[in-house]
Amino acid sequence: MALLSFERKYRVRGGTLIGGDLFDFWVGPFYVGFFGVVTAIFASLGTALIFYAASQGSTWNPWLISIAPPDLKYGLALAPLKEGGFWQVITVCALISFSSWALREVEICRKLGMGYHVPVAFGMAIFAYFTLVVIRPVLLGAWHWGFPYGIFSHLDWVSNTGYQYLHFHYNPAHMLAVSFFFTTTLALALHGALVLSAVNPPTGSEVKTPEYEDTFFRDLIGYSVGTLGIHRVGLLLALNAGFWSAVCIVISGPLWTKGWPEWWTWWLNLPIWS
Amino acid sequence: MKRIASLAVAAIVTLALGACQLSPKTATQNGYRGTGMDQIQLTKVAMAKDEVPAPPYDPPATDGQRAKEVYQNVQVLGDESADQFNYTMAAITQWVSPEQGCNYCHNPENMASDELYTKVVARRMLQMTRNINRNWKQHVAATGVTCWTCHRGNAIPANYWTMPAAGKSGIIGNRHGQNDPVPESAFSSLPNASLALYITGDPKVDQNIRVQTTGLHPGSGNKTSTMSTENSYAIMMHTSQALGVNCTFCHNSQSFQDWSISTPQRAKAWYGIRMVRETNGQYITPLATVFPAKRKGTEGDPFKVNCTTCHQGKNKPMGGAQMAKDYHALWGETTPAVMAAPAAPAAAPAGGAPAR
Repeated sequence: MALLSFERKYRVRGGTLIGGDLFDFWVGPFYVGFFGVVTAIFASLGTALIFYAASQGSTWNPWLISIAPPDLKYGLALAPLKEGGFWQVITVCALISFSSWALREVEICRKLGMGYHVPVAFGMAIFAYFTLVVIRPVLLGAWHWGFPYGIFSHLDWVSNTGYQYLHFHYNPAHMLAVSFFFTTTLALALHGALVLSAVNPPTGSEVKTPEYEDTFFRDLIGYSVGTLGIHRVGLLLALNAGFWSAVCIVISGPLWTKGWPEWWTWWLNLPIWS
Repeated sequence: MKRIASLAVAAIVTLALGACQLSPKTATQNGYRGTGMDQIQLTKVAMAKDEVPAPPYDPPATDGQRAKEVYQNVQVLGDESADQFNYTMAAITQWVSPEQGCNYCHNPENMASDELYTKVVARRMLQMTRNINRNWKQHVAATGVTCWTCHRGNAIPANYWTMPAAGKSGIIGNRHGQNDPVPESAFSSLPNASLALYITGDPKVDQNIRVQTTGLHPGSGNKTSTMSTENSYAIMMHTSQALGVNCTFCHNSQSFQDWSISTPQRAKAWYGIRMVRETNGQYITPLATVFPAKRKGTEGDPFKVNCTTCHQGKNKPMGGAQMAKDYHALWGETTPAVMAAPAAPAAAPAGGAPAR
């Protein structure tokens, strides 16, 4: 892979969290670092286990392969490999490799002298996954509550888990999460459209400056958040989407067992009008 | 500023947790691991025991003189022994009118008289109980039902429904029979009178609950609209509320209509819905001329049964307590002269997909 012309100046030593200079090198364009090594090991191990567990299943149809968590009866103990144990080991591999990747991002941030926005943002995604496969199962007392690793099977799990609460759209945190996800995509669409419009002017005219972009939105909605601001807004929206997703599932079961529509009876029963 | 913010956060967290269920949970697994077909309940809800009254005294012999030879005007229980007959009467009093006593149904001057409407109703209810115990084993199995299953010591069972009043016309303030959180729709915005569309027992009224299409929609074979799924969803909400379970107790949401991935409980429920239809259509609605106005709804129809009438939040009423076995008289022949033949549930849902 060709090195980008400006990349050489970012190749600075130091900034590592663990291992000092030992892993402070690049393979081609890729920074390695201690956490790169850990990620490589556990991502490979986890992937190999997924393939092995799939080989013990009933199908090689990639849509239908599913590696399911253990039965409820195993609680928080280890299950036999073919009865959920694979799921448990793969989950550990996934969490280690995701976290190591985030820490590798931290090391890169330190090398570049920039803020930790990228690892923090990725950390929110890891937190949502951690909530699904660790926090909620621990709160409910069994690894059984994790979701299965399979393309269709995890969708079935989402659907059935939603229907455990009759109508999941009434889950207040799910409402927030969905709103943030949609708003994230809306903001990205507006931002992308604005940038593409500015840099692709009609034949014969010049590329537009950010002042034009600001003017467009000031005309349209009376306000422009600005070139830096839109990225802060995007980050805020995306992090909230992930965060409230984690909240909406962790409260389903550990903090609420009935249908979500019924949760809203607290509002109906407020002493003001009831 | 910081103090105000932290106070606000503390207040919001407290309020939010106040709307939560923090006590210990009990879970059951209803499907293959990883399918998400599970039930989570509060332990105190799962462990709660319904009251199950003991027999009034040790069940007497079933031989000896028949009730119809000893007493007059015994139309349903005549073939029971006189001892069993008295035992049954004592139990019914305890189940239905513990405070009012025998005189709730009987004229103490002439016990055989039918002058009190409650006696006529009670006779029909005995026929109904026998019909359920004999002909609806697919739903009640060997456990059966007694008067207590619904009545629980009340002259009128606590849970019943009647036909809804005609909706408002016009636009202003018209909620079109929905968007009004009631327990029947599990407090959702779904239609709140769906029972009246599905379980009246009148074949001209009752619709198919299932509206799921198997082909492209809409097609000539299936003209049901998305709107009608709201009523299906609403009655399913009712069933869930009544049994204290969620959708995955019976269904795998991968395909709600597919029997092959549904749980065995769905077949039980399928028969249950038909049992309720027959009970309302054959036994309760015909009593409209017998009941006084105070025992009827705004539309002049008697108080009808739904899933909650028996289940009362338990997937097996009273946790499956086998109460009816002590009452020989509740398992007797259904009297053909006053009986309509039960709908033939022979087209078992296990294999094909019955129409309704």
